[in-house]
Amino acid sequence: MNAVAPTPAAGEVDNSAGLRRDQLRERLALFGLCSPALLIVLVILVIPVGWLFYVSFLGADGSFSLENYARMVERKSYLRIFETTFVVSLTTTAICIFIGYPFAYFLSQLPRRVANLCLITVLLPFWTSLLVRTYAWLVLLQKRGLINDWAIDLGLWDEPLKFVHNMTGTLIGMVHIMLPFLVLPLYSSMSSIDRNLLKAAANLGASPSRAFWTTFFPLSLPGLFAGSLIVFVLCLGFFVTPAVLGGGKVIMVSMKIASNIELFVNWGAASALGVVLLVMTVAILWVAARFLKLEQLGGGH
Amino acid sequence: MSERNSDALPISIRGVTKTYAGMHALDAVDLEVRSGEFLTLLGPSGSGKTTLLMVLAGFTRPDRGSLRFGDREVIRTPPHQRDLGMVFQSYALFPHMCVADNVGYPLKIRGMPKAEMAERIEAALDTVQLGGFGERGISQLSGGQRQRVALARAIVFEPRILLMDEPLSALDKKLRDRMQIELRHLHDKLGMTTVYVTHDQREALTMSDRIAVIDHGRLMQLGTPEEIYDRPANRFVADFIGESAFLPATVSNGRVHCAGQPLATRDAPPDAEQLLVMLRPERLRLLGSAAASGSAGDVQINRFPAEVEDLVYQGDSFLLYARLDDGTSLSVRDVVRRGTLDDLPKVGERITLGLHAGDTVVVADREGPA
Repeated sequence: MNAVAPTPAAGEVDNSAGLRRDQLRERLALFGLCSPALLIVLVILVIPVGWLFYVSFLGADGSFSLENYARMVERKSYLRIFETTFVVSLTTTAICIFIGYPFAYFLSQLPRRVANLCLITVLLPFWTSLLVRTYAWLVLLQKRGLINDWAIDLGLWDEPLKFVHNMTGTLIGMVHIMLPFLVLPLYSSMSSIDRNLLKAAANLGASPSRAFWTTFFPLSLPGLFAGSLIVFVLCLGFFVTPAVLGGGKVIMVSMKIASNIELFVNWGAASALGVVLLVMTVAILWVAARFLKLEQLGGGH
Repeated sequence: MSERNSDALPISIRGVTKTYAGMHALDAVDLEVRSGEFLTLLGPSGSGKTTLLMVLAGFTRPDRGSLRFGDREVIRTPPHQRDLGMVFQSYALFPHMCVADNVGYPLKIRGMPKAEMAERIEAALDTVQLGGFGERGISQLSGGQRQRVALARAIVFEPRILLMDEPLSALDKKLRDRMQIELRHLHDKLGMTTVYVTHDQREALTMSDRIAVIDHGRLMQLGTPEEIYDRPANRFVADFIGESAFLPATVSNGRVHCAGQPLATRDAPPDAEQLLVMLRPERLRLLGSAAASGSAGDVQINRFPAEVEDLVYQGDSFLLYARLDDGTSLSVRDVVRRGTLDDLPKVGERITLGLHAGDTVVVADREGPA
């Protein structure tokens, strides 16, 4: 910061060429650190997606054609599959918010030690295999499953209710699987909100609910957006749970892709579905990112 | 913001007790805050001063006791119905609102019409010298400006009681000194009853009408700054406020004796078994070397022979560490004259320290109230 003019012996004092070289070397070293990751991304992401794009534009006879995309527009069944996918994803996200937000709020108001203990209840299922959890729901929910048996024994209802192999089962399973993805980012954003803000609002005359909606809730929105987005995007491509608990009645895009390959060995059709799903996901992410930015413009951390 | 002294409310705290895991955070505290006064709760960290403020605000529920604002019993009133302004230590400004929305929050809650609201917000911001800052975001403000916004938000709805929880602790020293004076002026102008919490004794002495010294959840002394500093009720207060060394003293024939010699004191000694003479660095005087003061001299000056241990230059003043003959370490502070310490005694030299009878204060050797 000293205002020193270049001295006559600039060659000895200057050192600028050497310093620039050092900086360049440092940057190259940093870049070197991430090169394995870059390589992996290239091999298992960029190349397959590129291939996917390529295959989706090949017709049955191997020449360039748009027939895979045309089929999606022409056939009603495809439209219904996309509709189901979005309905399931949106509903799952909505139920997750409904259950997860109060839970995350509860966690954020606990002393940190207790909160960490309670977080284990969220993480424990997270560490268990997804397939195991999905089949566990099947055991619980099926016609002669635990829930129906107990409820009939207790006289809550007389006939076994249909919980699985339909939309209800799919949603129950998916909400269970997805909940941690919402709660974790939400909890972390909530626990960074200054607790004194609620006190300040109360001190200034706001009733507890008014204080919550005017201070805590707006500040928790970025976390809520982030969590909901993760859940929604994961739901869009979800396969195992709807396949097991939906019992063939809830057909989502991922399942259609699987059947296109396994049943019809039609890679082009499967690829085209994958591309459309990818484009939609990217579009949603893009819109959401703009939303989040608007949020940040309005203040926040 | 007109003169509103008549609107201020007295606060009456009676027998307020709060225990955490068997420990008394507040131990049957009785305290009367007068209408319109600036009262400071002063104490070390963990003394219970903040707990008491949180009880006033309604954020901490005490085990028992009574709390009245004026004639109204409020001990069970929830915070949002207490109608008092509060400045938080962390300011607790709403980060997602601009300055004007922060300041206008209490008015909006109270359903004030928009036009009147804008007027009041502007007036409050002018009061804290932040006129024209309404559109700014909170993150664009400096620490001192945030402090002012927090203050504006706390006074904009003209509460009759204002609470402040160490509001200046996050500011640097120069700004803090200026804000102390500003806060005091603001209080004089608005006239609301103010309860201020701090652990900084100088801040307390500078700003307060009265100071309540608190330790271990108990009220140690309540008095004006002069009383607290010059007539401490016990050893804790004498030790906590200002610097002081202590010498054990006894009473015989109605006179105070220290180290076998009679002592001229300002007031009659307190009624206690164990007494201590309070020796404050800035009240002690260098009387020259021990050899030079052989004569009896002025009876109004108490003399303490000592040996110089260290001499420290501190710019505006020097600090001389000395050891009395009985081994007690103490210090003497005085201004540096003629820009040099050369005239002062050297380390190891024998000196005599003088303490004027009017500065000789004897306190009871107790850590708590009688």
